[in-house]
Amino acid sequence: MNVAVLQFPGTNCEYDTKYAFEKLGANVTIIWHKETTIPDNTDLVVIPGGFSYGDYLRSGAIARFAKIMEAVQTFAQNGGKVLGICNGFQILLEAGLLPGAMKRNDSLHFISKYNHLKVINNDNTFLQKLDVNEVVNIPVAHHDGNYFTDEAGLKALEDNGQILLKYCDENGNEQNLNGSVSQIAGICNKEKNVFGLMPHPERAIESLLGCDDGVKMLQGFFN
Amino acid sequence: MKAIVNVALKQGVLDDQGKATHHALDTLGFKEVVKDVRIGKQIILELNATSQTQAREEVTNMCEKLLANTVIEDYTIEIIG
Repeated sequence: MNVAVLQFPGTNCEYDTKYAFEKLGANVTIIWHKETTIPDNTDLVVIPGGFSYGDYLRSGAIARFAKIMEAVQTFAQNGGKVLGICNGFQILLEAGLLPGAMKRNDSLHFISKYNHLKVINNDNTFLQKLDVNEVVNIPVAHHDGNYFTDEAGLKALEDNGQILLKYCDENGNEQNLNGSVSQIAGICNKEKNVFGLMPHPERAIESLLGCDDGVKMLQGFFN
Repeated sequence: MKAIVNVALKQGVLDDQGKATHHALDTLGFKEVVKDVRIGKQIILELNATSQTQAREEVTNMCEKLLANTVIEDYTIEIIG
């Protein structure tokens, strides 16, 4: 499997992401934001975490206009798979590749810790190796992870099976981590080829790191 | 010519910064005088535009594209000069 990981000024999870996918057996290329094309044989584009362009103005707002994002738009429109993690999720929202927007966490604090997530839908590439209602433990590290969509937007997400992950406690009871509408931690687009989540599965890929629950997530993208 | 753009969360979208600040003002003794607090940001643009109409059009375009996230934010534009 060939993975292209994007890199903007301020990205800081590109090497963790590369390490994680390589450990699982993928060929990974890091792509600088000024590039205009994504390699022909790319199976998955990952927009990793960090603080693109310092997160000035709003998280992801400036990265959305980077040169490489034009290629990502085309890649996604042609059915290519795209995964946005944390800042990558914020960029996908700003780019309109996923619906909704991010606000500051309702505590106004940066939240950095392991947190449990419940799988809501697994009829997609990303979460196919996990069961519905399965609980995984994945680190979160964000200041602007308070997902917002209006009532109509939420209903559309529910009706189309686009809600992928919700914050929960270890027993799977939904939990308000950051104020997100309906405790949403991750979603996909209607066509189910663009995925975004605030937690960092690439930081949970070996038990040495405290947990390897991220493996099954990232493996979803492998055949 | 100058444009002053004010961007704030839409009414109906919970403004956590505003809420926290309101709470702080309450505890400082302003409970009776403050009904609500909303926090936004101000963006000041120096423009080369030649007319107010052109300036407003250009700045509106900037707001729609970049300066505001219209999913959650409203903006106002004031043109000076």
